[in-house]
Amino acid sequence: MTTLPPTVAPALTGDVAASKLGDVLRCERTKFRTVASSWWTLLTVLVGTIAVGLITCWAVVAHWDQMSLAEKAALDPTFKSLIGLFIGQVAVGILGVLAITSEYATGMIRTTFAAVPRRRAVLAAKAAALVVPAFVVSTIGCVLAFLGGQAILNTKSVGVSITDPTVLRAVLGGGLYLTVMALFGLGVGAIFRRTAGAIAAFIGLVLVLPTIVMQLPSPLRDYAKYLPANAGQAVLSVKSAAGSAHLAPWIGFAVLCAWAAAALGVAAWRITHRDA
Amino acid sequence: MIQARHLTKCYGPTVAVDDLSFDVVPGRVTGFLGPNGAGKSTTMRMILGLDAPDGGDVTIHGTRYHQLASPLRDIGALLDPRAVQGGRSARNHLLWLAQSNRITAGRVDEVLDLVGLTGVAHKHAGGFSLGMAQRLGIAAAMLGDPGVLLFDEPVNGLDPEGIAWIRSLLQSLAHEGRTIFVSSHLMSEMAVTADHLIVIGRGRLIADTNMREFLARSSNAYVQVRSPQAADLAVALCARGAVVHKNGDGSLAVTGLDTADVGDIAQEHRVAVHELALHEPSLEAAYMELTHDVVDYRAAVAAG
Repeated sequence: MTTLPPTVAPALTGDVAASKLGDVLRCERTKFRTVASSWWTLLTVLVGTIAVGLITCWAVVAHWDQMSLAEKAALDPTFKSLIGLFIGQVAVGILGVLAITSEYATGMIRTTFAAVPRRRAVLAAKAAALVVPAFVVSTIGCVLAFLGGQAILNTKSVGVSITDPTVLRAVLGGGLYLTVMALFGLGVGAIFRRTAGAIAAFIGLVLVLPTIVMQLPSPLRDYAKYLPANAGQAVLSVKSAAGSAHLAPWIGFAVLCAWAAAALGVAAWRITHRDA
Repeated sequence: MIQARHLTKCYGPTVAVDDLSFDVVPGRVTGFLGPNGAGKSTTMRMILGLDAPDGGDVTIHGTRYHQLASPLRDIGALLDPRAVQGGRSARNHLLWLAQSNRITAGRVDEVLDLVGLTGVAHKHAGGFSLGMAQRLGIAAAMLGDPGVLLFDEPVNGLDPEGIAWIRSLLQSLAHEGRTIFVSSHLMSEMAVTADHLIVIGRGRLIADTNMREFLARSSNAYVQVRSPQAADLAVALCARGAVVHKNGDGSLAVTGLDTADVGDIAQEHRVAVHELALHEPSLEAAYMELTHDVVDYRAAVAAG
């Protein structure tokens, strides 16, 4: 092992054409799948979304007889079974954050940027590598949470069917909601670079800020519906609560997408204007 | 070939690299030497396009880093061997790197073999010793079989076996005609590794020279001569323009003449010579003298 000289391959086998965006995407997908933390986080998204939904539906059934008529009338069975998204969104957001902050934390980002000097291509490839597994796992989680939850609710005959177009929109919307949250997390992560700061910012924007804004007096409180989570959750509602407190489902989803796009946009600017 | 021209980098009011120009040419090991904080790593990051210069530029084979189509095929670098995600295997670390520049998986196995990590290719890089991490970093640098290689303090923290391995690796890479640029803050390390030296202090170029010239430039070089008739010899030497000092042990320190001159003069004057030697300062001493004014963090004295 100590003896030298090493012989160096005279030429590289393979196409010596310039690296393309596809190569960067392949590279980022390899990065994603070759660390166990990706899979553990995805598993957390899946289990969290399903388990919390099932437990909530079970709690409803268990207390059904004590519930008031008004409470029963206001019940949105779809939303109840998808309530695990509140856990899922944190897990999937952290997945997005870590996709980039883990590279800054170790210093590996320098190796990445030395290999691919086009940093926006790196960010785009990271987003693309993240979107597919996030979408698949989130959608499976939402569908299973819904089906399981409705099976539980049907013991009191209050379950709904996925064949109802509004219900289908809500269930598939749940998968899309989580997917966009992952991208939002990636954007926040790329802006903050540090894991702790990025996760704090993500949770602050998604979970804490809505609570605070809801405590403000009326005209200000109305802006809560434009916050990322509130806007995105519009796509989950089946029994649309009338009035100005909520956006229309797809409008709300579009607002969430705008948040993610804005975060990634700021990230793309910062990533090219700061030293690695 | 690396060409730096008027390279300048500031961090707030601190000038880390100050109007630095140099060439690193193929076929030899060029040492990049300077005290800690002299700007070596900053310069290397600018060469790799990681930090943007505030002035000047640097090119690889005449091309700016950002314009290289597949950078790993032109230039490989070992910056920080610990800058890997610990949960990924060594092979997978090299695999993503290879894919980014359209390098085959077969080449990944080749470089693993080259650095002797084949046996631990599927182990997590986080569990590697520093020596193994260093080897992985070198494998990454060699991945694209590049003509230019950059190593930032490659022997730091290595055991003697690892140091010897790196030295011979650098030499053999240079003999293959590659451009090798190695930074170190240790003169003693450069003395046995480098053919050429670029010395910086406080971000400025101090010397760009080969090892022999570097030593000759030092005022500490002198001819040491010992003679029973030291006084007579001293007079004769001074008459020929030499500057002669008497050392504590009775020998003479002669500057301005080389050993041959001193020997000839002694013979002409029929003076017995018991010892005649060129006293080269240690590289360490030459380096200390050269960087004396530019060390940022000198102990005690400066603090007052």
